[in-house]
Amino acid sequence: MKLLALIEFLRRHLRTVVILCLALLVLLLLVDAVPAIVDKHHAHTKPEHIPGFWAGFGFVACVLIVYVSKWFGHAGIMQREDYYDE
Amino acid sequence: MSDLWLHPSLILLLGALLLPLLPERLRKGWLLLIPILTFARIVALAKGTFGVVHFLQFTLTFGRVDALSSVFAYIMGLMCILGTLYGLHVKRAVEHSVAWTYVAGSLGAIFAGDLLTLFLFWELMAFSSVFLIWFRGREQSLATGYRYLLVHVAGGVALLAGIILHYHATGSLAFNLFDVHHPDLAAWLIMTGFILNAAVPPLHAWLPDAYGEATFNGSVFMCAFTTKTAVYALIRGFAGLEILTVLGVIMALYGVVYAVLENDSRRLLAYHIISQVGYMVAAVGLGTELAINGAVAHAFAHILYKGLLFMGCGSVLFMTGKSKFTDLGGLYAKMPWTFAFTLIGGLSISAFPLFSGFVSKSMIVQAGFEEHKLWVGFLLMLASAGTFLHTGLKVPYFIWFGKNHCAKETWERAAEPPWNMIAAMAVTSFLCIFIGCYTPYLYRMLPYPVDYEPYTSYHVSETLQILLFTAVGFFLLIKKLEPEAKISLDLDWPYRIGGRAFLWLAKKPVQFIDTFVGEIYRVGGLVPLMVTARLSAVFDNSVIDGAVDGFANAFRSLGGRLRSAQRGALQESLTVAFGLGAVLVLLLVLFLNVFAR
Repeated sequence: MKLLALIEFLRRHLRTVVILCLALLVLLLLVDAVPAIVDKHHAHTKPEHIPGFWAGFGFVACVLIVYVSKWFGHAGIMQREDYYDE
Repeated sequence: MSDLWLHPSLILLLGALLLPLLPERLRKGWLLLIPILTFARIVALAKGTFGVVHFLQFTLTFGRVDALSSVFAYIMGLMCILGTLYGLHVKRAVEHSVAWTYVAGSLGAIFAGDLLTLFLFWELMAFSSVFLIWFRGREQSLATGYRYLLVHVAGGVALLAGIILHYHATGSLAFNLFDVHHPDLAAWLIMTGFILNAAVPPLHAWLPDAYGEATFNGSVFMCAFTTKTAVYALIRGFAGLEILTVLGVIMALYGVVYAVLENDSRRLLAYHIISQVGYMVAAVGLGTELAINGAVAHAFAHILYKGLLFMGCGSVLFMTGKSKFTDLGGLYAKMPWTFAFTLIGGLSISAFPLFSGFVSKSMIVQAGFEEHKLWVGFLLMLASAGTFLHTGLKVPYFIWFGKNHCAKETWERAAEPPWNMIAAMAVTSFLCIFIGCYTPYLYRMLPYPVDYEPYTSYHVSETLQILLFTAVGFFLLIKKLEPEAKISLDLDWPYRIGGRAFLWLAKKPVQFIDTFVGEIYRVGGLVPLMVTARLSAVFDNSVIDGAVDGFANAFRSLGGRLRSAQRGALQESLTVAFGLGAVLVLLLVLFLNVFAR
């Protein structure tokens, strides 16, 4: 069961994994700011030329989706599991 | 044109009919053979129009094989192999038979060149797939199945009404692009039938209801065929109908919102079908060559990764008996490979670079931007973030990691599923990655020439940023995303509660009126009635009785004979009726095909 060993190895070194992931995120933003690597002539709108535009978009989208949905759910949409039982 | 054009559905229908008759030791081979033969037949089909039959005053076309129908049939045939392999160990033969009948319905609808043939196979799909829900065998499965059937029958009626009006107006049954700039009532009705099957809100609530309740492998079939056949029909009939763009974008976001609230993993995946089909419907509305290519490519990729996701969650359900996040958690130690395959499905649906969604979804978003509909592009991007949030992160995290909610019994039962389920997931995973890495495989099959390159530095950077920063949001808000043991009311509420109101109406006011009217009769009508009655009694005794007694005796003996043939269980009767219906359809198709020129 090599896969399980790998998962457990990663879990044991969770701190390192998190640090590596954060480093990757920073690298992604840096690379996005270098026109020689990321050619922005494919962009459709002006704001997309700002480095890290889509990173901000992704994060805001995530927060927005979670908060709006939860607000919607708690406004009466979420009910007890036996709601439809008679 | 050869005399006999073998319809791929026919292979499946014959296979489905013979399967229960085979001895058990031959069944596994049969289960592998028939879908492969069907797929081989689909691949071997030459382009053209076949199986044209003149029936009464109608011209029926069973085989319109062109670029569009070929690619849809290809993926349906492939999914049939994978779905059957996944459920190979299921002993009850009739479960496989209904699944194959369902696929045959889908293939028949895809190859149909006229609206009547389309309708015939369309209904075959609904009436066979309902058994995939009923076979779950829970108390609520029965009610869910009936709701599913009622909704689809309603959609079928709209479709049929549209077809009749269309035939009346044009004198033709040919299934081609409708006048999307000036759609008439017939076109709207037909479109209503289509979008109901595509689960476009507000006609969508049947989907999570049914797919959350179907058997563990039933959902693997259901998630592929109904909605994607509808997408095919929409492309064929309504490409460029602008309202579909709006509806599609609403769908894409609607599914995302409900997925946040959902506690059942398979219902969550079902809401994400709505979201993903939203991309396709929006693309149909855009109607450009790039958009249609995108819709087809996305349907193709979607069938595989969504099948894979349902296989992963189905494996958990099959092994543990649970599908709710509040009953699961921490399973990585018991089912690591199932986790890995589900994660591949999650990365594919989220459109990670090198996975299938990346090369298909982006075509649709690109088409939106190219048509200068910025709102379409940005809102679909927003839905992408939501897709990764739930299917890529929430599903794997709360089943395989997170807080362990497993009961002792659940934990003990949890283990990797049988080899055939693993094999089906492994092959599907491979295909998801293959499509993402080697784009010509999919792009060559698309209906229009492809002038699109997904792997530009900008697109890769854009996608990675959105997805990875969504992941940051996920881990920061993880407390807020903890599953809650609740259900979310959706638009099935009106008919679930409406049904109850109808029963109440039948019980209370109607009964009251009935009693009231009865009372009036008793008081006001009794005296005159008694007099009349006495007079008529004389006539009755002498003349009528003789005749009635004769009839009654005849009916009683007939009833007695029928009673011994009737077993009482409604589903059993339906199964028999359905089986007979299938045989009739089969014979008709066979007959018409053999005698077609």
